[in-house]
Amino acid sequence: MNTEELKRLTVAETLRLLRAGKVTSAELVRGLLEIMESSQQDIHAFVTIDAEGALRQAAECDARRAAGEDLPLLGVPIAIKDNMNVIGQPCTASSRILEGYVAPYDATVIAKLRAAGAIFLGRTNMDEFALGSTTQTSAFGPTENPVARGCIPGGSSGGSAAAVGGGLAICALGSDTGGSIRQPASHCGIVGVKPTYGRVSRYGVVACASSLDQVGPMTKTVEDAALILNVISGRDPMDATCLDEAVPDYTQAWAGADPEKPLAGMRIGLPKEYFGEGLDPEVRARVEAAAERARALGAETVEVSLPHSGYGIPTYYICMTAELSANLARFDGVRYGLRVPCDDVIAQYGATRAEGFGAEVKRRVLLGTFVLSSGFYDAYYNRAQKVRTLIRRDLEAAFARCDLLLGPVTPEPAWPLGVYQNDPIRNYLSDVLTVAANLAGCCALSLPAGKTGEGKPVGVQLIGPNFGEMALFRAAHALECRG
Amino acid sequence: MAGFDIDRVAYLARLNLTDEERALFGGQLETIVNYVDAIARLDTDGLEPTLHGHRVNNIFREDVPVTGLDPEQALANAPARIDNEFKMPRVVE
Repeated sequence: MNTEELKRLTVAETLRLLRAGKVTSAELVRGLLEIMESSQQDIHAFVTIDAEGALRQAAECDARRAAGEDLPLLGVPIAIKDNMNVIGQPCTASSRILEGYVAPYDATVIAKLRAAGAIFLGRTNMDEFALGSTTQTSAFGPTENPVARGCIPGGSSGGSAAAVGGGLAICALGSDTGGSIRQPASHCGIVGVKPTYGRVSRYGVVACASSLDQVGPMTKTVEDAALILNVISGRDPMDATCLDEAVPDYTQAWAGADPEKPLAGMRIGLPKEYFGEGLDPEVRARVEAAAERARALGAETVEVSLPHSGYGIPTYYICMTAELSANLARFDGVRYGLRVPCDDVIAQYGATRAEGFGAEVKRRVLLGTFVLSSGFYDAYYNRAQKVRTLIRRDLEAAFARCDLLLGPVTPEPAWPLGVYQNDPIRNYLSDVLTVAANLAGCCALSLPAGKTGEGKPVGVQLIGPNFGEMALFRAAHALECRG
Repeated sequence: MAGFDIDRVAYLARLNLTDEERALFGGQLETIVNYVDAIARLDTDGLEPTLHGHRVNNIFREDVPVTGLDPEQALANAPARIDNEFKMPRVVE
């Protein structure tokens, strides 16, 4: 297999080739490692590449396959966002405060992937502690968009998106608190799924905002995303928020569909607030074309309203930073990570965190501490949780009228690296179309919808009700542009 | 928005700030807090809060012992240790 073929390889095709004995995992891993290492200078998608570990796992997978074994992902290499524990590998969440930390256990998603036979290639770059929409807040330097060169890859799962979009990895895992899978997937021209809150375990994933965080697949195709979600979904006694809901075979979502009208009988809502002012005209054109395509494939589209959309960002940034400030309290230099030794324990906490956290982490920890502080708790945190109810009800009302929502992922295509770095609110606004799904717990997906005139990828977002992934996959598979 | 005291918040967050950070974050956070103040315009009387992304409120499990990390694994990333304990500055005199 030549390099270009390897860069285009999907999970489904990898499995076909491995099962047919046309390629070995060792060959795939060697090829990918070469591509990954040679791209580090330009793209910098990875913070750690585990060449030795990946080659050892590949040899084991090849031996198991030779012995007649097969598993859902046996021998398939995957890239992992740097906030998920893989035993024996560093796990830094792209922060100095965790530099040198080596994971003593596997996150549940990793244990599930390992049991399914996946190979862990390395750890992808991210915004520090998943705080950002550009991957520029990483303590280890930015990642560049492999498709729209010179531009941000999006974030916070920007390394995973760049790795898959640039063909450096066949597939990856990301995490999404307010859009961190969907927005970079959109900017890098790949598929990204934020599953329903409670679908996938977060045990062993560095917590950002626990009422919002979900882990999900980032892949080249809808089928690949379904194959991975099949493996990582399901109840986990180690994460009480992870629900005991049946895990269907997501690759069956489009089975038996009429090839001419695969979306017949499906009603898709177009939230009018998502097509309002501030939406880039080229993004609008691509998303409207996707809606037109959905109609051509048999779906009915209806206009719906999410009247509290304008409150999404304020609500999100209050809830998210409040939870973040509590979660990041564990980075105190006591049990792991950086310690700046002082004689006094309070001084040691303050000095350790000052040295270990980057600017965006500090800003959000301060904001979260403020909204939780005595005298302000009711006006901010408490009130935001009530507004969250209004946002959830908006979505529930919309889903009473339609099966799915369709809209843009981000208001504009990827912007040049280095721009807007000193304007936090400008960055926060890039999450305006993605936060509602996290606040309400819905599942959502970003799907490539073509490119702008300048060649920048544009994504279309599908949002489904809680545990509505089958409908999401059915629509996405039909809308996916092939070839 | 009244009452944003950067020094108080930084102390509560156990986060030392340099003078430059104090000025930078103080200004930026005031802008951000003014921005998120938009939610004050909404009438939220009588609304129940939404605490997380689903409606389930408790999960019970059997209380059975399971094996966790052994002390060596748990202490492997410790910045400083004495035997099987994390070493810290003295907290009580």
